[in-house]
Amino acid sequence: MMKVEAVIQPAKLDAVKAALIEAGIEGMTILEARGHGRQKGHSEFYRGREYTIDLLPKIKIEMIVSDSLKEKTVQAILASARTGQIGDGKIFVSRVEEAIRIRNDERGETAI
Amino acid sequence: MLLFPSAFLGIPALVLAQTASAPAASAPATQSQIAALQVAVQNAQTAGDNAWVLISAALVLMMTAPGLALFYGGLVRKKNILATMMQSFAMMGLITVVWALVGYSLAFGPGNAFIGGFDHAFLRGVGLAPNANYGGTIPEQTFMIYQLMFAIITPALITGAFAERVKFSAMAIFLTLWSLLVYCPMAHMIWGVGGLLNVAGGRWPVLDFAGGTVVHITSGIAALVTAIYLGKRAGYPDQDMPPHSMVLSFIGAAMLWVGWFGFNAGSALNAGPLATSAFVNTQFAAAAAAIGWVVMEWIQNGKPTALGAISGAVAGLATITQASGFVQPMSALLIGFIAGIVCPFMVFRVKKFFGYDDSLDAFGVHGVGGTMGALLTGLLASSGINAVFGKNAMGNPISTGAIEGNWHQVFNQAVGVGFGWGFSIAGTLLLLFLVDQIVGLRVTPVEEAIGLDLSQHNEEGYDLSA
Repeated sequence: MMKVEAVIQPAKLDAVKAALIEAGIEGMTILEARGHGRQKGHSEFYRGREYTIDLLPKIKIEMIVSDSLKEKTVQAILASARTGQIGDGKIFVSRVEEAIRIRNDERGETAI
Repeated sequence: MLLFPSAFLGIPALVLAQTASAPAASAPATQSQIAALQVAVQNAQTAGDNAWVLISAALVLMMTAPGLALFYGGLVRKKNILATMMQSFAMMGLITVVWALVGYSLAFGPGNAFIGGFDHAFLRGVGLAPNANYGGTIPEQTFMIYQLMFAIITPALITGAFAERVKFSAMAIFLTLWSLLVYCPMAHMIWGVGGLLNVAGGRWPVLDFAGGTVVHITSGIAALVTAIYLGKRAGYPDQDMPPHSMVLSFIGAAMLWVGWFGFNAGSALNAGPLATSAFVNTQFAAAAAAIGWVVMEWIQNGKPTALGAISGAVAGLATITQASGFVQPMSALLIGFIAGIVCPFMVFRVKKFFGYDDSLDAFGVHGVGGTMGALLTGLLASSGINAVFGKNAMGNPISTGAIEGNWHQVFNQAVGVGFGWGFSIAGTLLLLFLVDQIVGLRVTPVEEAIGLDLSQHNEEGYDLSA
């Protein structure tokens, strides 16, 4: 099992969600997050004063997928979240030891 | 063509018939009819004028809350929104009571050249009959309540300078005393009968239609003094303190604009043509200033901003206030545009240069706008709009502003500005010192960090978990 975490632009959420469902992902968790990468935020002007807004609103998607679905998931996010501009976000993939369904103690890939 | 001669002939025929049929018997009846007619005409005029001034009073109150409360509230950080709105709202309570007890009497009661006396304390003698000195066609209580709304918003404007760091108790005491010590005397000097700067018979007649000097200079200068005396907010200017809700500020500013029609056009104290003139000038100046500020910002920072547009409108409104019932519409456009250029310059550059923390730019907008407006009134006042100095022997209106050759009026206006600045600086400093000794002006650093909503009121403006 793999955990796929993607930090994306909030405006891309609907497109990414649709692409993931299309790819066969059954469950996901969405977090409203704030952060920055190399982009380092943007400037705002209020009454002539410049304010640097370095922590921008982002959406973080977390999902656990079977090993076989990993690449398909990554491709779905890449295709739907990319604008080619700085600030498009990142995808992180890591291995997951166990998944347990609370309702019936079911374990392994079938619990995802 | 057939109707015309018959109608023409009909009129004298009717008149003849009347005079012929009613010689001696109806003479007293005619007299009483004329008297009844005079009363009816007077009542009708009072009804019209009173309706407009009462509506104007309500509009001016709306400027303080929700107008100013929202405008300022949106500009602070979210931990201070309630406290900021509460500062304006507190004035609606405190100043109303003080005004009823002594404030109105000190401002408009008979007195000396500087301040009214106590003849009208507890509103003694202020009834429903008009006072010939103050809007002769409306009940004096209408005038009293209308002027109260000005007395409320003036100290409320100052709160923009000490936002996010003043103790509620200190603010309440300071602004209430300030109203008595600074506002009432200034109102008396300029608008009170026998006042030093009164346009009719004062030593230096100052043209101040709706309070450019009385309201905006006094509050704007007090704001500057307060900002310097109190010191900067913790973290200013290194830490970012952007407005937390431009939406609230936007709504507030829009309400200020609408309310300002009551402020300026209501100052005619009747529903006549002068009210129209002030109304038109108010709209023109606000629009021109909004454009001016946005263009300035667009050139300097690359983008036109919503905050620039609304700040410009408020600056234009503050600047036209003094001139609103004295100048031609094209002059109002010019005055607004000048405000839209100069005020942002003060806010962007001068404030940064000196480093004082006039948090919401009460000085940069009201102090600067009020001062410019006072001088521009002397320059641009037109006797064609308001022949305030009466007529000469030839029956022509005496010139009012420099554009009509009366350069001396610019000097008079400058004297008014000098009194406004001087009185406000002295009174504000004295009261800040006193209140600081008694209760302390500033919250503790911890309270400031938590925010005034929690530390001063045990409340939160936004509790999304509730």
